[in-house]
Amino acid sequence: MLSALLVMTGIALVLGAALGYASIRFRVDGDPLVEKIDAILPQTQCGQCSYPGCKPYAQAIANGEADINQCPPGGEDGIRALADLLGREFKPLSEAHGIEKPKAVALIDEPACIGCTLCIQACPVDAIVGAAKQMHTVVIPLCTGCELCIAPCPVDCITMEPVRETLENWKWKYPAIEIGKAA
Amino acid sequence: MISRLFSFHGGVKPDTHKSESAEAPIRPAPLPDMLAVALRQNARAAARCVVAAGDRVLKGQCIGTAEGPHGTAVHAPTSGTVRAIGTHPIAHPSGLDTHCVLIEPDGRDEWIARAPFDYRRAPRARALAFLRDAGIVGMGGAAFPSHVKLGTGSGIDTLIINGGECEPWITCDDRLMRERADGIMAGARILLELAGARRIIVGIEDDKPAAIASMRAAAAALDVPAEIVAVPSIYPSGGEKQLIRVLTGIEIPHGQPGFEYGVQCFNVATALAVHRAVAFGEPLISRIVTFTGNVVHPGNYEVLIGTSIEALASLARVRADTERFILGGPMMGFALPDLRVPILKGSNCVIAAPPGLFPPREPELPCIRCGACARACPVDLQPFELYWHARSRNFGKAQAYHLFDCIECGCCAFVCPSHIPLVDYYRFAKSEIWARERDQQAADASRERFEFRNFRQTREKQEKATRLAAKAAETQAALASKAPTTGAPAAGADAEDPKKALIAAALARAKAQRAAAVPKNAEIDTLSPEKQAEIAAIEARRKRLGADQDPR
Repeated sequence: MLSALLVMTGIALVLGAALGYASIRFRVDGDPLVEKIDAILPQTQCGQCSYPGCKPYAQAIANGEADINQCPPGGEDGIRALADLLGREFKPLSEAHGIEKPKAVALIDEPACIGCTLCIQACPVDAIVGAAKQMHTVVIPLCTGCELCIAPCPVDCITMEPVRETLENWKWKYPAIEIGKAA
Repeated sequence: MISRLFSFHGGVKPDTHKSESAEAPIRPAPLPDMLAVALRQNARAAARCVVAAGDRVLKGQCIGTAEGPHGTAVHAPTSGTVRAIGTHPIAHPSGLDTHCVLIEPDGRDEWIARAPFDYRRAPRARALAFLRDAGIVGMGGAAFPSHVKLGTGSGIDTLIINGGECEPWITCDDRLMRERADGIMAGARILLELAGARRIIVGIEDDKPAAIASMRAAAAALDVPAEIVAVPSIYPSGGEKQLIRVLTGIEIPHGQPGFEYGVQCFNVATALAVHRAVAFGEPLISRIVTFTGNVVHPGNYEVLIGTSIEALASLARVRADTERFILGGPMMGFALPDLRVPILKGSNCVIAAPPGLFPPREPELPCIRCGACARACPVDLQPFELYWHARSRNFGKAQAYHLFDCIECGCCAFVCPSHIPLVDYYRFAKSEIWARERDQQAADASRERFEFRNFRQTREKQEKATRLAAKAAETQAALASKAPTTGAPAAGADAEDPKKALIAAALARAKAQRAAAVPKNAEIDTLSPEKQAEIAAIEARRKRLGADQDPR
């Protein structure tokens, strides 16, 4: 009787210690779900979702505060990926947050630029180079097309240019489905 | 000696149509009026242009240097003047433009100084760089840089030379082997040494007896073990991995270089190009192109890289009722959107499609799950599964069914009783997956940049705060040291309210600055002395008034 009690207590102590150790040793910092959602979001940091960046939006989705259809740059594919991840139903993009547009990058009309640096400060990914009273220019490969630089420009010299199709980004089209001739 | 041949799964036997173009000897194509040499010769890398419009270039002069790990140089195919460097349509299913160097030949065909390269004396890295700078790429179609394929110089046992040429209609390698077998074998000998291989096996489809005989004669003269093996003519036995499998039984997994499995494979034309480069110092500036189909003079032409297909078409005399032109073979090629496109290093064949021969594609019918595609697939895939997943844009599933093992040979579409353009679906799915990967990489990079920007902003804010605090402390210390000299009452007040003292000090500084500033006028020097005196009087009056009314 006593030995059985001792054995059980011993096992309980050993297992408890192991679990306690594991909870410290293998502790997960942060919410892995937020990271997963953040990985799906397009990282434009454009704020169209009404959150100040992709990470806060991911956090809000994880907390159940925001819906999954508030990200226009992610588009339908993004919503589908989020729906898959979270086991929710797909829903079309919320129009209140914007519409899905073809990818574009900012272009500064350089002769018109007065060198005010406002766009440089607005760019979330440091994709604009220039200095005070010097011409600014967009580093095209780094531009995410968030449009955040357009509003601050006092001389309206920034436009969004659709990304041109090149041999590197060209895609095969979906094979056209020919409708069989009626017999 | 090879004791037995292996086989690969599936394959098809389309009508070969090789006799039309195989009988005439290779003819050199005359100099065209204009050459458009694409700086991008394959999908992986573009060369960096090193000439400018108006430059005179010599035949074989480098006009674009290699960039990136998969880059190779491009050269002027003849002597002449660079007319422009600009976008020009190239042979690509998209019909898009790319950067080309437009060279107007001067007709003199003047070579640069050429010198043979002693690859045995040079270190191996230099020899590979020599091949890269000679612009040597695989000439079987994909134009993969040869210096990359040569690997590390060890581990390759068998060098395979691909004379398979399994696609219907194409005969450029067949003619090359018949006419220039010695050069091919000499090139194979060089590749063997550079790869560190022990033996050469040349695989040739058994429907080319003349090529086999000529290559056997050339191989007999070689001082290394070289064997010419006739392989069964089953499409796609000329595919690199299929040929390796038939000759050695080795299966190379997708995405892995052949040299890790002890074999490497080069096209016959590539071997010849290596020989021309090493023995004569001639970079890769021309290739053999089969022009066949609905033409009066089908055959093989030795064409300068950059010659337009239009110029070739007039040479071969295309018949009037030709509907479209196909670049490459009928199995893997694509219809040319534009005839102005230049020949690239990987362009092996142009077929003028007559109306009857390639009837318009029949309407796609539903998949009946007959499994014919799976029986035909040379890489043991389940094409119908891939088709369903690609069609429903279920790319993850398509990848799980090894979409990227597909070599796009077209066997499945060839046998499909429902006329489903299966390969088009696979190409669509592959390019969608690549696009998504690019987007994902871009998103990851922007996340990193955004996080770094946030980090930088907080750091700058902190630095500014510390700087300001230090400055404030300094000013206060200065005031405290000055205070005893200005009088006891003031010092007492300052001690009670250091902020006030700071403000007072700043005000005093600003006042001194204002007084020191002299109004500037650009025109003041050009004014007459009377005017200047008048201005001085007004200034004096203003100063007096200001002194009276100044509230401070």
